[in-house]
Amino acid sequence: MKLSKLTLCLMASAFSITGAAARADTIKVGVIATFSGPNAIWGKQFREAIDVYVAQHGDEVAGHKVEFVYKDVGGPNADASKAAAQELLVREGVKYLAGFDFTPNAVAVAPLTKQAKVPAVIFNAATSSINKQSEFFLRTSFTLTQIAQPAAEWAAKNGSKKVVSAVSDYNPGIDAETAFSASFERNGGTVLEKIRMPLQTNDFAPFLQRIKSSGADTVFTFLPVGPATFAFTKAYNENGLRAAGISFLGGGETDETTLNALGDQAIGLVTAYHYSDVHDSPLNHSFVKKLQELHPGSRANMASIGAYDGVELIYRMIKAAGSDGAKAIEAAKGMEWESPRGPVKMDPVTRTVVQNVYLRRVEKDADGKLVNREFATVPNVPDLGFNP
Amino acid sequence: MSLILSIVVDGVAYGMILFMISVGLSITMGLMRIINLAHGGFALLGGAAVHLLTTHLDVAFIPALLAAVLAVVLLSVLLERLLYRHIYGFNELGQVLATIGIVFIMIATVNLFLGSTILPLGVPASFTTSIDLGFRTLPFHRLVVIISGLFVLAGLWLLMEKTKFGIYLRAAVDNRVAAASLGINTPVVYLVTFAIGAGLAAVGGILGAELLPIEAYYPLRYMVLFLIVVSVGGLGSVSGSFVASIGLGILDTAGRYLLPGLGTIFFFVAIAVLLALRPNGLMGRAQ
Repeated sequence: MKLSKLTLCLMASAFSITGAAARADTIKVGVIATFSGPNAIWGKQFREAIDVYVAQHGDEVAGHKVEFVYKDVGGPNADASKAAAQELLVREGVKYLAGFDFTPNAVAVAPLTKQAKVPAVIFNAATSSINKQSEFFLRTSFTLTQIAQPAAEWAAKNGSKKVVSAVSDYNPGIDAETAFSASFERNGGTVLEKIRMPLQTNDFAPFLQRIKSSGADTVFTFLPVGPATFAFTKAYNENGLRAAGISFLGGGETDETTLNALGDQAIGLVTAYHYSDVHDSPLNHSFVKKLQELHPGSRANMASIGAYDGVELIYRMIKAAGSDGAKAIEAAKGMEWESPRGPVKMDPVTRTVVQNVYLRRVEKDADGKLVNREFATVPNVPDLGFNP
Repeated sequence: MSLILSIVVDGVAYGMILFMISVGLSITMGLMRIINLAHGGFALLGGAAVHLLTTHLDVAFIPALLAAVLAVVLLSVLLERLLYRHIYGFNELGQVLATIGIVFIMIATVNLFLGSTILPLGVPASFTTSIDLGFRTLPFHRLVVIISGLFVLAGLWLLMEKTKFGIYLRAAVDNRVAAASLGINTPVVYLVTFAIGAGLAAVGGILGAELLPIEAYYPLRYMVLFLIVVSVGGLGSVSGSFVASIGLGILDTAGRYLLPGLGTIFFFVAIAVLLALRPNGLMGRAQ
């Protein structure tokens, strides 16, 4: 019963593909993301960045009008994501899928993208292995290995000898720990201890006391943005690790949307990441300015830049191949462009963007706002964790 | 030795926050036999009010705290009169559904006006300084939490044991029909208790915000934790809530110091064993 329903859906979507190709006036892009619940910030950042891109570049590409259709999946929810993709492909006749904040949501649509031959542009989900599930996945965000390995190399070269890795006990955290430790040890450093902190942890003081007494000179961490980040960075200061000279090295902990909530105690935290909203380039300035004009009070973060470049990629694919998904994927491979984050290139093998990774330090800018100020660049890092 | 002291200090500070937020829930559940899942919502609203006052209106922390707690108490009186009064008569499933609905409304309201990211409270700078205890340093706000927790405990003990209201309250917890027939105005006892519970939740939410940061989903994120405290402590028991909170705080902290990988499993296994041995909690009486 389920099978025949699926076959019907696919037939319908196949028909709608041929039907729409004949008209070729409006190309719909289905955006699957979280617009409600505790993780609604993802969908908000995606949508606002798309608004900015469309405001800057118009909604017409090579004679096609581009229309975005948004679908809320309410958080990490594979079933909802798959159902949303099915509905978008069959009922709405979308020619491109996009969004995907969480890894399971991306993995769930892999078979559909292959059957319908529709490219799916991942704006965030950062697990390397996703792209192996379907050759129709393209990723404009980052992978954890892409961030953690340059972080380890930089730390090893800049005086860190003994590190404790303390990550949240979930897949991205473990990916970050693995990539960091391997690379740090290759570069002559010692990883004293690898702590995996439960996701439900509220009080991080015990972990930080443990790190403090371990004799480490640096703590490497990866935590989900939100209460965990808040409590961990607070505990880092309050338990005297900063005063004891133990450096902090993180990834996305100082995300722009929560940075001001961390308060002054965040000043001086060092992170390795691919985007900061104060990246110094004319393109980034105009992106941030337009965002503030359209959505006052919003701040660009890594989700915004993932979506902005994702739309750039979709526009380029439409220009090259219209609504022919297979042709679009081939055209996308190797595409290079200047993004507000710096130069990016769509890696033909990993289908994740090759990009600069920046070392940043939290500072207070002229308006009293906390920002991630870039001070060192590791250029053109591909997804180092991809093994086909 | 300093490891044991660290476990005790961190565990007690964590436990005090749990105590302040959960004790109101325990009393209202014990007294009114109502499963008020919206309890954490009062902590959220208190925290959100302090966030508004300190960061948007530049009110100092202490006046903001007092104003926020007062506002939450007033709101709880209003809610008790208009909503909870009807919910008391529902069956258990009805109570769960109704109060979880109230949580959703609270969350959606905060989300609509303040967004879903963390809401920092403008705490005084002295809050985040560290105090040297000799064997380690302790953030000042943890000391504030420990001391406030002791005050709350002492205040509740005086209220329950030394005042006429305490006698009415204990009588109503033990047997509400008999208490009512002896002329105790139980609806007023309910109302005052409910308001005290909500006010304590707000105090705990605000003082504990350095550890459990305030954000729109606060009531659901920590609901299980508060319910664990109540079930381990035993319904309606102040001392039970206190022992359970401190015990769970120390247990959880010890797990993290000693077995960082297995801390959570250790915590939940210990609770499961305890509840298997004492189904009504540490200080609970058989219903």
